Amino acid sequence: MSDYNFAYLDEQTKRMIRRAILKGLAIPGYQVPFASREMPMPYGWGTGGVQVSAAVLTPDDTFKVIDQGADDTTNAVSIRRFFQKTAGIAVTEATADASVIQTRHRIPEQVLRSDQIIVYQVPIPEPLRFLEPSEVETRKMHSLEEYGLMHVKLYEDISQHGDIATAYAYPVKVEGRYVMDPSPIPKFDNPKLEMAGIQLFGAGREQRIYAIPPYTKVVSLDFEDYPFQPTKADHACDLCAATDSYLDELIVDDEGSRMFMCSDTDYCSTRRKQGHNGAQGVPYAEDAA
Amino acid sequence: MYVAVKGGERAIDNAHAWLAEERRGDTSVNELSVAQIREQLALAVNRVMAEGSLYDPDLAALAIKQARGDLIEAIFLIRAYRTTLPRFCGSNPIQTEGMKCDRRVSATFKDAPGGQVLGPTFDYTHRLLDFKLAADGEVAEAPIGNTTEGPTPHIMSFLDREELIQSEPIGEETPADLTRTPLELPASRALRLQSLTRADEGFILGMAYSTQRGYARNHAFVAELRIGAVVVEMNIPELGFSIEIGEITVTECETVNQFTGSKTEPPQFTRGYGLVFGMTERKAISMALVDRALRWKELGEDDLGAPAQDEEFVLYHSDNIQATGFLEHIKLPHYVDFQSELELIRKLRREAQTNIAQEAAQ
Repeated sequence: MSDYNFAYLDEQTKRMIRRAILKGLAIPGYQVPFASREMPMPYGWGTGGVQVSAAVLTPDDTFKVIDQGADDTTNAVSIRRFFQKTAGIAVTEATADASVIQTRHRIPEQVLRSDQIIVYQVPIPEPLRFLEPSEVETRKMHSLEEYGLMHVKLYEDISQHGDIATAYAYPVKVEGRYVMDPSPIPKFDNPKLEMAGIQLFGAGREQRIYAIPPYTKVVSLDFEDYPFQPTKADHACDLCAATDSYLDELIVDDEGSRMFMCSDTDYCSTRRKQGHNGAQGVPYAEDAA
Repeated sequence: MYVAVKGGERAIDNAHAWLAEERRGDTSVNELSVAQIREQLALAVNRVMAEGSLYDPDLAALAIKQARGDLIEAIFLIRAYRTTLPRFCGSNPIQTEGMKCDRRVSATFKDAPGGQVLGPTFDYTHRLLDFKLAADGEVAEAPIGNTTEGPTPHIMSFLDREELIQSEPIGEETPADLTRTPLELPASRALRLQSLTRADEGFILGMAYSTQRGYARNHAFVAELRIGAVVVEMNIPELGFSIEIGEITVTECETVNQFTGSKTEPPQFTRGYGLVFGMTERKAISMALVDRALRWKELGEDDLGAPAQDEEFVLYHSDNIQATGFLEHIKLPHYVDFQSELELIRKLRREAQTNIAQEAAQ
């Protein structure tokens, strides 16, 4: 373990990242530029999240990593191993036991507490990017609070499709000021963005960090007559019978039959351990054997 | 009954083991040594050093070996290593006038002090496969000529003396370090050049080529292209003078482009500049052309809307490590986002079909 500094990054770099995090917390939803480092994993694979995690982790922390809600997806495994190797910290798959959770594309189903930090991996931090490709322009739009373009886009969606055609990375307004990209979480997760935990967002390639402090007001953009609706597949989990969790859809045979299961693997297995059993699930003990 | 897919950890370990085996290839064939790569694939090593922003031929050769010859992967290995290195201080700017030139050509003057030196170039080789190389690589020794002593003056300095070329005053400020501060726009020229010199060769080549074909055309003459070793010096405050800490090979390209000037100021040629680690001549020339195209604002030219004039477009998309990472990340699972789109499109289709049915019924 002497090969690396604790959590890989040198202390100077961590200090620089912590400054950006503190600034982000002080100005909720504002994208703080930071001198993102080249990490030993590719840009676009969570380097922003990894740098933020490295800056907030302490030796006493218990770390959880999820990708698509699951602890055992390959990139989640890879990032978890990275910190096991470079920080020697405890890791867990149980949401409740984790003090720091790094995530890609989901917020855990279980409500987070005030002593927990969730770190999001962000590919494109700029919510206005696909309306205006220039960073110079979008930064100007944020500083002038000029968000008309976004509302026009949502309106055009409705006139073309009859609905707001954004299903993930659904834009939010933070504490009545900055429009923010919540990272590509499904809009089902948007209501959870108002939480007790500290939320940190890291975009490595784009060199941006932003944050939502605990109990901050986060509103998903909508119209009075087209209110925001968090949606999920209209099924129960086929493994644990949960009706309140976000579901993955699987194709299980050549005829294209589908099954649905929780994307949050910890939530699903916890429920199964408690004895909940879905239409296609086997009781938990049997499965483990 | 369905058991959820597990086993990411084992899949990763097995994939790594297989990769290591594939990297080695057929074990009945001798293994490449790092020294062989360094000596015999020197131009690949040069590219990795240039785009990896780290001058270390041995490490670059190792990276190429580890990356199975994938140069972008090798550059990535070098970049990731580079970020972990401590910084003691900065060197003095290198003085390319004092370069020991292996190659030095000018396309603007038939002869000039220092002369035209072709050096080890592919330029006038006929691109015929040399099947002798397949058998053995023995080469006859090249004839040895006389070297000229002393500094080789820059061709530009002769134009400068006549004030035919815009002067480039020495900047006072130490430019920001692209790898230590986030890129913010507009960027200074020094910062742009930092970015261009580590940019992807293919991208910069394409950008430069586009300016030649009319997208912000500004015809460039290669006033001078020089390749050779320069000394690197460092100021030691305790000693009060600077000492040589090593020698690096660089390629420098200076172009002469068309004029600036106005009614009150006589016209002058303008400059483009390229400086790249190693023997990397295609990159250095490309860099000079893109540098020139990006200077339109400062030189009072029109924005022609050409890609090579767009600083944000060029600087944000020229880094192959950023680009390849983001491009390849779409291999990662996106079940969750795709699921949300599936639900959305099903809902939209349902609504549309209901509307169509209602209209048909009326």
